[in-house]
Amino acid sequence: MKQLLLAGLFAVATFAAPPEGGSFLLKNVTVHPVSGPKLDGASVLVLDGKFAEVGAKVTPPKTKIRIIDGKGLHVWPGMINSGSIVGLSEIGSIRETNDTGELGTFVPQLRPIVALNPDSEHIPVVRANGITMTALLPAGAGGGGRGGGSVQMIGGQISLAHLAGWTWEQMEVRRSAGMHLRYPAISPVSFDPMTFSVTRGNYPNSKRQHDQEIQELTSFFDDARSYWTAKKAALPVKTDLKFEAFIPVLEGKTPLIAFASHEREIREVIEFADKQQVRLVLAGVRKPGAALETIAKKKIPVILGRTQTGADEEDDPYDEPYALPAKLHTAGVKFCFATFDAEFARNLPYQASQGVPYGLPYDEALRAVTLNAAEIWGIDRDYGSIEAGKVADLVLTDGDLLEVKTDVKMVFIRGNEADLETRHTRLYKKYLARP
Amino acid sequence: MIPMRILLITAAACGMACAQQAAQQPIVLQNATIHSVTKGTFSGSIVIRNGLIAEVGDKVLAPMGAKIIDLGGKHITPGLIDCHTHIALVSTNEGSVSVSSMVAMRDVIDPEDPAIFRDLAGGTTTANLLHGSANAIGGLNVVIKMRWGSDADGLVMKEAKPGIKFALGENPKRAGQGGQSPFGGSAQTPRYPGTRMGVEDVIREAFVEARQYQAAWKEYETRRARGENVLPPRRNMKLEPLVEVLEGKRLVHAHCYRSDEILMLLRVAEEFGFKIATLQHALEGYKVAEEIKAHGAGVSTFSDWWSYKIEAYDAIPYNAALLTKKGVLTSLNSDDAGGADLSTRLNTEAAKTIKYGGLSEDEALALVTINPARQLGIDQYVGSIEAGKQADIVIFDKDPLSIYSKVEKVFIDGRQYFDRDEDLMSRPRREADKKGLLEKEKATEKAEAPQRRRPS
Repeated sequence: MKQLLLAGLFAVATFAAPPEGGSFLLKNVTVHPVSGPKLDGASVLVLDGKFAEVGAKVTPPKTKIRIIDGKGLHVWPGMINSGSIVGLSEIGSIRETNDTGELGTFVPQLRPIVALNPDSEHIPVVRANGITMTALLPAGAGGGGRGGGSVQMIGGQISLAHLAGWTWEQMEVRRSAGMHLRYPAISPVSFDPMTFSVTRGNYPNSKRQHDQEIQELTSFFDDARSYWTAKKAALPVKTDLKFEAFIPVLEGKTPLIAFASHEREIREVIEFADKQQVRLVLAGVRKPGAALETIAKKKIPVILGRTQTGADEEDDPYDEPYALPAKLHTAGVKFCFATFDAEFARNLPYQASQGVPYGLPYDEALRAVTLNAAEIWGIDRDYGSIEAGKVADLVLTDGDLLEVKTDVKMVFIRGNEADLETRHTRLYKKYLARP
Repeated sequence: MIPMRILLITAAACGMACAQQAAQQPIVLQNATIHSVTKGTFSGSIVIRNGLIAEVGDKVLAPMGAKIIDLGGKHITPGLIDCHTHIALVSTNEGSVSVSSMVAMRDVIDPEDPAIFRDLAGGTTTANLLHGSANAIGGLNVVIKMRWGSDADGLVMKEAKPGIKFALGENPKRAGQGGQSPFGGSAQTPRYPGTRMGVEDVIREAFVEARQYQAAWKEYETRRARGENVLPPRRNMKLEPLVEVLEGKRLVHAHCYRSDEILMLLRVAEEFGFKIATLQHALEGYKVAEEIKAHGAGVSTFSDWWSYKIEAYDAIPYNAALLTKKGVLTSLNSDDAGGADLSTRLNTEAAKTIKYGGLSEDEALALVTINPARQLGIDQYVGSIEAGKQADIVIFDKDPLSIYSKVEKVFIDGRQYFDRDEDLMSRPRREADKKGLLEKEKATEKAEAPQRRRPS
């Protein structure tokens, strides 16, 4: 027995195997598989962390298994926040608690997963609202971040992490699922969220800066490509971690996750990606304008930011951010959602449902925070829907997953029940009981 | 920028004219699901006459010549009230001094701020425009109604009780720490206070001064009443509002986060014999709910903001529900600055308290209607659907606490100020107008270009 235990420990230490998946049988539930129509009065069988069977009748296993009667409850795939700094940033205004936005303009070698604090108070808070996975951003949506750097163009890799686990290794879903790019914009107006102030430069200066940045970006790509070519030709090259990290992007294996919000940058970055022959995912799109057609034609996926926000310009229609997802859907663009932050990461579902009264079909809203996200990140073989064979990341609710009032009752990650206690519920209980 | 402004105002002026016409004619909103907030939710109708709610009930008497709008079961709520915002203001912080009670937000209202229209489109009809939180005692607030198209004076809700902003904690301390200040550029020379202790001291010093000032005037008046020939004390615009606070004539709206500073302020107020009307934000209000209730203060908080700074690390989304359960008059606000954002969806912010803390639908809706009305001293006029109140009414297509609902029409004082269909229909025209103006501007620039190049 002792030997067995030691052997087990050794295995964990050596191979960093993911935690064992749980097994249980869920009965009497309404299943929303996302990949297919809703099933009333159905059962879900989870074995070793994976969906084994879903349907009106499932074959119970011969071994003893936990049975959960979910009468009146709804089952959904766990939601995926396609961009946050959960676990990387604890308190926005305190630099020491923030690990995004490293110094340097081109830092593709950085991997945010290694800075994920498994004990961050944000993780349970986000999980408790039915979000089971997040993409971790190495730098903020507009580049920058709170580590001190403010000019990154290539800010690092984007990792995918489960929102439960003892260590970041256990939480890891993909170490490198994308490469962050802040595509330079000609933006004479900049807003500093730390000081709440807007600074206005002038167009010629912004244009000059933009052109210079594009030049730098292009030479970085050229240098990385030369490095790769030399390596392929077995020429003697000194190992360069930046260029090494960038090879999967040049190979088309890792997509470039390019932050570009307005029409001009979107157009430019699409041309740029074409020229560089790299895979492109657009992020933080807000005003695509006529570029929407190109996005659709080229089937470029989009990670939308918060729809629950104010319209950009003074003369924009008041509902423009709410109506944006419907616009993308009508154009035939595949999209998912992200909050790009830590403090509002739990409100991911409302970014999707906010689009529904403004024209987005409900099923598309639900798909955007589940299966679309999995597809865009290239993990749909294992995640994003409730289907036999996929990893059992699931959420039980007393109603519509995307509705504000709905209560999340249970969350499972890899078939293991996740704790729904948070810093918030603890303080609530403590002070509710104050005599 | 300029052409667009003109455009917005033009559109608004048209809206006003149409609204004025309608105001003369009584309106019956019939066949609606009415969320009265104070008298439950029921199916019925509302009669609007002379800007007021004339009648509410399951059956009403339609006045002669009334315009009848059948709502087919759609939902009606009172106009939503935002108890803390910084929209429609040219500036928000007079941060050069620790006590800036001599400045007033009424003097810096920007009636052309599109945020007013966006608030309207989100069902918010009334808002408390507050000074910023750069100083322990800030400027005077003003309560406005979103009468889009009016001038600054026309926006002011004159019935509202006058008030003043206080601020505790990190923000008023910040200028005391030297270096870059987010309020008013760089503060190379630190400005007192730099600690929470200093914040208390600034408030106490100010009220000691205000008491002396009050006494000087009292003495002057007594002696004058006796027929003595005395000179009046020199007027002090900083202390006058504080004397009004001491006399219960001005409401204190105090920005605060932590339970210690909340308690400190309550005790200082009690020492000087006045009451705090609202604790703004009060993210740790739930920790001292008992003390807040005993003092009689209200709380206006966020639904679910937290962790953006250390004093917000113990913020919980259960704050509003817990305070409500413990008997504290509570509201939710947007704190919008630099544009309309949260203030355009106060209804779904309120819905979060159903999830976090289990408030009833009426209790949730009260957080953005009757409760802030009470906190601002305007509950006899607005905040619920009751006969005799001002007809500030929002029509939602679905349950207002659902994220799937949207605002269709908004009335203020019985006049229609927002109609989604009209807004949608006017968009192509506005687009074309804007294009025309931009082209005209380009043409003007071209025509004027040679003159500009002439050496002077």
